[in-house]
Amino acid sequence: MAGTGSAMPTQGWARGLWLAMLLCAANTVAQSADAVKPLAVADVKPGVFVHTGALEDWGPANGGDVGNLGFVVGSRCVAVIDTGGTPAVGQALKAAIERATPLPVCYVINTHAHPDHVLGNVAFVDTHKPAPRFVASARFAQALTAREPYWLNSLKRDFGIELPRASVVYPGISVDKSLDLDLGDRVLTLQGWPTAHTDNDLTVYDRRTRTLFASDLLFVRHLPALDGNLRGWIAVMADLRRLPVDTVVPGHGPVSNDWPGVMDAQAKYLGALLGDTRDALRKHLTIQQAVDSIGIAPGTSWLLTDRFHKRNVTAAYAELEWEDPDPAEAPKAAKP
Amino acid sequence: MTHPTKPAFAKRPLTRRALAGGVLLSIALAGIGQDAAAQIKTADNPEANPVWKKVRASLFQSRPIAPASEEVLSLVVPVRAEDAAIVPIAIRSRMTQTPQRYIDKVWLIIDNNPSPISAVFHFSPLSGRADIETRVRVDEYTHIRAIAETNDGKLQMATAFVKASGGCSAPPAKDAEAALKTLGRMKLSLQGPADGDKPQLAQLMISHPNNSGLALDQVTRLYTPAHFVRQVNITYAGQPVMSADVDFSISENPNFRFYFTPRGDGELKAEVVDSRDLQFESTLKYRRPE
Repeated sequence: MAGTGSAMPTQGWARGLWLAMLLCAANTVAQSADAVKPLAVADVKPGVFVHTGALEDWGPANGGDVGNLGFVVGSRCVAVIDTGGTPAVGQALKAAIERATPLPVCYVINTHAHPDHVLGNVAFVDTHKPAPRFVASARFAQALTAREPYWLNSLKRDFGIELPRASVVYPGISVDKSLDLDLGDRVLTLQGWPTAHTDNDLTVYDRRTRTLFASDLLFVRHLPALDGNLRGWIAVMADLRRLPVDTVVPGHGPVSNDWPGVMDAQAKYLGALLGDTRDALRKHLTIQQAVDSIGIAPGTSWLLTDRFHKRNVTAAYAELEWEDPDPAEAPKAAKP
Repeated sequence: MTHPTKPAFAKRPLTRRALAGGVLLSIALAGIGQDAAAQIKTADNPEANPVWKKVRASLFQSRPIAPASEEVLSLVVPVRAEDAAIVPIAIRSRMTQTPQRYIDKVWLIIDNNPSPISAVFHFSPLSGRADIETRVRVDEYTHIRAIAETNDGKLQMATAFVKASGGCSAPPAKDAEAALKTLGRMKLSLQGPADGDKPQLAQLMISHPNNSGLALDQVTRLYTPAHFVRQVNITYAGQPVMSADVDFSISENPNFRFYFTPRGDGELKAEVVDSRDLQFESTLKYRRPE
């Protein structure tokens, strides 16, 4: 099956789709194109489109366009996977969808409650008929409720965007363990995971093309950011490896067909974070000393290390300091 | 070593008033705090903050407050907090506590938190050094202040600015059930080798969600009730070392690093009371090194 390369605009199926779109939905396209410039998207597999966000922190410099976003087109309707870090990014994603297909959006899936993946939701409210259903992990709403006032304040303070609380969209469908969504001749399998990157991570798997939207359970090039449980994340990655995947869309970073090899760098970083933090605790370093002394292995090419590495050490330390020291488990530092 | 205690241990009246005053003040200040918080972007002009003006009037009236001298007091905080729910702070003092000259009290104020008066630490000449490390939640970009009162009644203040937001209503525990099971578990330990009668560093860890009461439970649509450690009392051989009136500005699983001055063998004891009057204690036998 033609499953290589991350952008194949000339593939027959996609070209057909483009023609259909141009002929059938010219009005819609013209209307929204006037107002909003569509996001750049690549069709990484037939009917699977991805917008790759900037490899930067969520902020006004990039307009909040940092998380990877995507949509999958069935014969009946479209599922959106994450909506971007501001309402404007959501609008631009919507314009890209309207350019790619005349079909309505039936599901908007949020892979976890972080602002760069969620704040574009409002763009998809009440604009299609029937209105799309919003889908997220069963623990998503709790996390969103707690954080939402601070995001809105950040939007106002840093972006100059006033967004009323009513514009933050909560899911109508909660996924506890897993859920299949039928888009018409195409089934997406959504799966919730134990606490890892966050406590509400949700992956989306397109069975037809064996494409995995890995959510922020996978970072590529962008340093992984820990807001959940380090040991949990390492365990979840081991489970992810067993999935039959041809193409993976990370939460941040380029799309890859190297599965599960694309996870190796992240596994190495998180493993080192675990080992180094346990070492610091054995040496009775304080949390601040641990933050100041634990570095990143040389020879790696992670981006955004200044922004996220110290934060990761802080989170790892707070998690691991309550761990009962187990001599059998504790690895000895390698002697040169 | 650690077990919840049924009988009340509060032999001396706990300084509940200080804390109650803080909570009341925070209610009165809530509106101001939010307005101020939305505006603050930089560390400019720490004296102008309306919250601080109110706190100052309430706690210190018109008493003069000098900038801290390095010997007496300094405040070490990260410029940009990596995680707003766990901001490590150190209130440093180089001064050795003696009966003639010692720091009696240190207030920790986080201007833009919902309850700005975050902790009041009480020391004694036996404290060794009035030096404390802990971790706090920071709700919005804010000034943090440590104000020391020496035994001559004089006040000194160290101020720092921290960029962080969202700490107070972050979900307190990833797994609420697991947190409840270990609630009240404590670890009391010496940090670093014992060195005769010199001030000895020790650490108290308390397993406690320290719920702020500000996080909404999405299932019940109710705010998770506030439930936090409010009093910590450390003694050595029966004598007071350090006590603290604290509130939910202290991070989940409160952690305190402090000094005490050992005098031969003795027992270091930590007693903790939370806002539901649950009491916990932990002890550690200290053996003077040969």
